[in-house]
Amino acid sequence: MNCVRGTGLVNPEGWNQAPRPVWRKSTVCVLRQLRALLWKDLVLEYRTRELLSAMGVFGLLTLVVFNFALDLRAESGEAVIPGVLWSSIAFAGVLGLGRSFAQERDRGSLDGLLLAPVDRGLIYLAKVLANALFMLAAEVVLLGALAILFNLDVLRPALLTPMLLGTLGLAGAGTLLAAVAANTRAREILLPVLLFPLLTPVVIGAVQTTGAVLFGAPLQGTPPWSALLVTYNAVIVALSYIMFDAVLED
Amino acid sequence: MAATLPARLGHAASHADSPQQPLDIYVQGLHKRYGHRRVLRDVSLAVPSGSITVLFGPNGAGKTTLLRILAGLLRPDGGEVCVAGCRLPAERSLLHARVGFASHQPLLYPDLTVEENLRFYAELFALPQATYAVERALDLVGLAPRRRDPVRTLSRGLQQRAALARAILHDPPVLLLDEPDTGLDDPGLEVLHRLLRLPAAGGGPSGRPRTVLLTTHSLERGLALADRVLLLLDGRIAGEWPAGPEITDELRARYRAGKP
Repeated sequence: MNCVRGTGLVNPEGWNQAPRPVWRKSTVCVLRQLRALLWKDLVLEYRTRELLSAMGVFGLLTLVVFNFALDLRAESGEAVIPGVLWSSIAFAGVLGLGRSFAQERDRGSLDGLLLAPVDRGLIYLAKVLANALFMLAAEVVLLGALAILFNLDVLRPALLTPMLLGTLGLAGAGTLLAAVAANTRAREILLPVLLFPLLTPVVIGAVQTTGAVLFGAPLQGTPPWSALLVTYNAVIVALSYIMFDAVLED
Repeated sequence: MAATLPARLGHAASHADSPQQPLDIYVQGLHKRYGHRRVLRDVSLAVPSGSITVLFGPNGAGKTTLLRILAGLLRPDGGEVCVAGCRLPAERSLLHARVGFASHQPLLYPDLTVEENLRFYAELFALPQATYAVERALDLVGLAPRRRDPVRTLSRGLQQRAALARAILHDPPVLLLDEPDTGLDDPGLEVLHRLLRLPAAGGGPSGRPRTVLLTTHSLERGLALADRVLLLLDGRIAGEWPAGPEITDELRARYRAGKP
């Protein structure tokens, strides 16, 4: 199925009065494009393993450093471990997110993407999904390390909710800002400086819900953290989808 | 697909051969700045449908910027741009379905094979017969035997052929080529010449000659290909000639002088 069809523009009155081209874009086409964009990122990561290895190793190192710095085996561990986990995820995520658009720009393939008749918002969505998948893979490693280091039961289905919502929030905001930062020379510095303030609601919400699942901490009397995460994700992804065209401009 | 040339269009209209000749590329009063530097100044040009127009100019004249604007990769600061019947930047997405662009960078993924790269772009263009389009493009550029090689393992010239295959994959009626001869050996240049003369089968009326605007630093190579020649100096169109042996001396002198 062809995504784009247009009327001919030959018009004796001149091009200014020519009939306007017709856009016909079916859902099937959009899904086909989204699948192709996602496939490309997954295959490239499978072949190079650049992002996963960097995020996994950096996340583990952060976890170990926190372990020595805060003595997480002590009684205070219950209160601190969710925060340590999400700090490690955020630091590792920034590393991977920063590379996602920098790679495209460095190898010149971003222009190739922009030359295809694809909504730029769709490029954003595909990157968010790919980055979220990479981050989830790194989180599996981190949760495994957490289970071994602190004898925690992490095999709880309820843990999926904070992990998925928190990761989507990180990837949603991070992918937009990674595209902004990729246009600059100081992108390695700019991304964390821009991203961490924006991530504050996600990290707080994810830490609270993760703590509640892991240690049964009471959520009564506190803000509805899962609803906050859902709202944040919806707003950030929708805004980024709309803004992405302007972000990639020039 | 093509626009026609109204008499009121002024400067750009004066460049075309006939007042009613269909145009695939029309630019009027185009300006572009990078910071304080004016890269393009009041550029006006008209490229008739089915012609091969070669744009010459020294380094820094603004050729790449002009082609990137025409391809919808850069936003102009001022002026009117209409390519393949699409006004820019408003109709950029439609334009990309009608225009093929290749530059001296391959714009491909080095860790994907040649075939995977082309299949990926075929999916992005949502081509109805993606497999056929990929096979055709591979055959046209002579890369079928290397289809399973990662792009990073190809020589510079073969990467350029792969880039050309990407540019013609969706059989666009208009081709914008920025120094497409970079790195090409003699067989590669033959492939390029063949592609430029190949009619667009699916992008317009059957057998319609493709409209090509290309830049090159090789005067001999460019003049051998051209139906029309444009000279861009210091961000301005400094001259326009129909192809012919008599233009060589004047073009060569002005090109070397490097000033409008």
